[in-house]
Amino acid sequence: MSLACRTFETRVGEELFGIKIDYEREYVVALAGNPNVGKSTLFNNLTGMKQHTGNWPGKTVANARGVCRYKDKEYVMVDLPGTYSLMAHSQEEEVARDFVCFARPDAVIVVCDATCLERNLNLVLQTMEISKNVVVCVNLMDEAKRKRIGVDTYKLSKMLKVPVVGITARKKSTLKSLLETMSVIVDKEEKTQDFMIKYPEPIERAIAVLEPVVSRKIDHIDSRWLCLKLLDNDESIMKSIENFLPINPFEDGEVASGLEIAYKILEESNISKEDLSDIIVSSIVRQAERISKSVVFYEDEKYVERDRKMDRIITGKYLGYPLMMVLLFVVFWITIRGANYPSAMLARFFFFLEERITYFFELVNAPNWLHGILVLGVYRVLAWVVSVMLPPMAIFFPLFTILEDLGYLPRVAFNLDKYFKKASSCGKQALTMCMGFGCNAVGVTGCRIIDSPRERLIAIITNNFVPCNGRFPTLIAVITMFFTGYLTGLTGSLVSSLILTLVIVMGVVMTFLISGLLSKTILKGVPSSFTLELPPYRRPQVLKVIVRSIFDRTLFVLGRAVIVAAPAGAIIWMMANIHVGGETLLGISADFLDPFGKLLGLDGVIVLAFILGFPANEIVVPIIIMAYMAQGSLIELGSLSELKELLVANGWTLTTAISMMLFTLFHWPCSTTCLTIRKETKSIKWTVLSFAIPTLVGIGVCFIFASTVRLLGLIINT
Amino acid sequence: MSKIPTLNDLKQGQKARVNKIITKGTIRRRLQDMGFIEGSMVECLQRSPLGDPTAYLIKGCVIALRSEDSSSILVSEVI
Repeated sequence: MSLACRTFETRVGEELFGIKIDYEREYVVALAGNPNVGKSTLFNNLTGMKQHTGNWPGKTVANARGVCRYKDKEYVMVDLPGTYSLMAHSQEEEVARDFVCFARPDAVIVVCDATCLERNLNLVLQTMEISKNVVVCVNLMDEAKRKRIGVDTYKLSKMLKVPVVGITARKKSTLKSLLETMSVIVDKEEKTQDFMIKYPEPIERAIAVLEPVVSRKIDHIDSRWLCLKLLDNDESIMKSIENFLPINPFEDGEVASGLEIAYKILEESNISKEDLSDIIVSSIVRQAERISKSVVFYEDEKYVERDRKMDRIITGKYLGYPLMMVLLFVVFWITIRGANYPSAMLARFFFFLEERITYFFELVNAPNWLHGILVLGVYRVLAWVVSVMLPPMAIFFPLFTILEDLGYLPRVAFNLDKYFKKASSCGKQALTMCMGFGCNAVGVTGCRIIDSPRERLIAIITNNFVPCNGRFPTLIAVITMFFTGYLTGLTGSLVSSLILTLVIVMGVVMTFLISGLLSKTILKGVPSSFTLELPPYRRPQVLKVIVRSIFDRTLFVLGRAVIVAAPAGAIIWMMANIHVGGETLLGISADFLDPFGKLLGLDGVIVLAFILGFPANEIVVPIIIMAYMAQGSLIELGSLSELKELLVANGWTLTTAISMMLFTLFHWPCSTTCLTIRKETKSIKWTVLSFAIPTLVGIGVCFIFASTVRLLGLIINT
Repeated sequence: MSKIPTLNDLKQGQKARVNKIITKGTIRRRLQDMGFIEGSMVECLQRSPLGDPTAYLIKGCVIALRSEDSSSILVSEVI
């Protein structure tokens, strides 16, 4: 291939994926496949990267590239968005198709799920129409074996006339044959493919008329495939051709007259333009069916039945909802109970260390202000983030990942969809909400799985009603201090989990209410159609998940703590110690915010903490503690009960605690989430609304609650 | 039944053959990609706890559809 041509492809790669490829030095390999076939797992294992994976369709929403080395050669692996087809009905399909078509990778690995090969073959056949360098990679061979499904990869290869490799992506040892096949095919001289999808005779005749003309005009794209697209009047591909190539086939006289003859042939056979699209799609689906029938064997139907039985329980009429609640409850319970011990240990360790450090500062005669900023400011906030916030985060995350890997989340979406339909939004919003539990920024990015722009915006704006990993340690701390502190051991943690579950349910209900409200006001519309795949249950790699996510989460939180919590600690200490007109900056700010805070059942310090916590929610509680401690009442803080004493000494009541929880659940998204929303919506307006709506809800809910309490004259002291 | 049965009329456990999709646009193509083409066998697996959507087994995969969409798929040979 000429060098000039490759320059063009580099540009395409850059435009589509923002990646620079040096075709001179590296091979480019694209990974295509249906959603949820383990593409990301394969990608990670080939490139050594750590993209998050999960068992539900559309998990990978960001495009990724990585480098894979095999036998002294370098391969740039490009993870294409997971798609069911390349007919370009959505943005992802367009991107995937354009990359295969115009960036011309040296190989396209189409990853398939061995347990439902037939549907996957649809994409394989479509890809083979565009690219000559296809490798079919049948993944999840272990799952297939467990379900007693046999796949004859040899026969499949014979039928398709392309290499077929069976692998288990999560077992690195099975990938060798894939790498070997890949290294052979990238050097393959280009040649016409033997296998072709056969279309009904009139269509074949129409293609025969058109193809010679088209192949003379455009040598960059497979001409047979392009003819089909021309006949099908596929506007999306024409736009891409115009964008990437200096030609519009429709404007070319010869092509146009060729098309005219071709259409006449079709007309004579009574095939209208509308029929044609249907015939093309069903021809491919039927061939996939035919091939699948001769290469897939079900040894025992009962094993396939197992998933159906599980579904009848998990999404059953009577058990579906209770089970969701119980699972949520159990996850929280393990989190709360499990976090107790490491929390207490870490707290003891940090305060022991603080004494030593203070001793050291005295020893070297360090000035008081330096000790103040570094120890009382930076160190203490860091210590609080790590000891109180980190353990619940590090425990919740892997638990959730296990549920995700199992394939439970799409079932949640299935169970809850009716409410989303009532709110005129998309059922897949349940999936993006689930992602929000981990991190709202991730949840917002995940909203890409929702095709309808209106429904996607609703999901983005309401994502913040699900408390992220950085917020519910705050909820746990408040619940433990003010509601269950007097209960010990098992009862305490059970009641705490129950309250936390109720708080989460409140967030979910609010999501439905606000989604419905948006659908009736600024985002008016009727629910659009969508299909939701319920993937097969898969056995999670429990140990690996636990090790990985504790490690990853810990590093992530620690990283953020250093970047965000440490400066916040310094700032708050300075605010507490810089005097302006006889009062500290902290005092002035807190006093200023106090009337507003009181209106919401909070106080000035809490509001200030939420504002300063904008960069990261996990520093809100540490800031509150710092602020109270700096205002005089210096006590040793080793446990939550001592912390409660501090809070009560600063005027906290049960009302404050409840308002605090409500405001934790309903307030503005953190700075990272706001930036992500800006990036995803490309609009200041929607970013501002995503900030304003949860904030107004929070202010409203807290105000109503606090006013009701005041009205009832209830002053609850605890 | 006087009217032509749709996928939405199937009861849990019933199977039928897809005849025709009467909706247009993106969802039509999406359904076809999933395997809902003339002649495909579909099985109604179960409704969600609140009665909608419904899960169908098509081409070995489980796909959930809302009643609006499943009633746009005409079927025959209900068994």
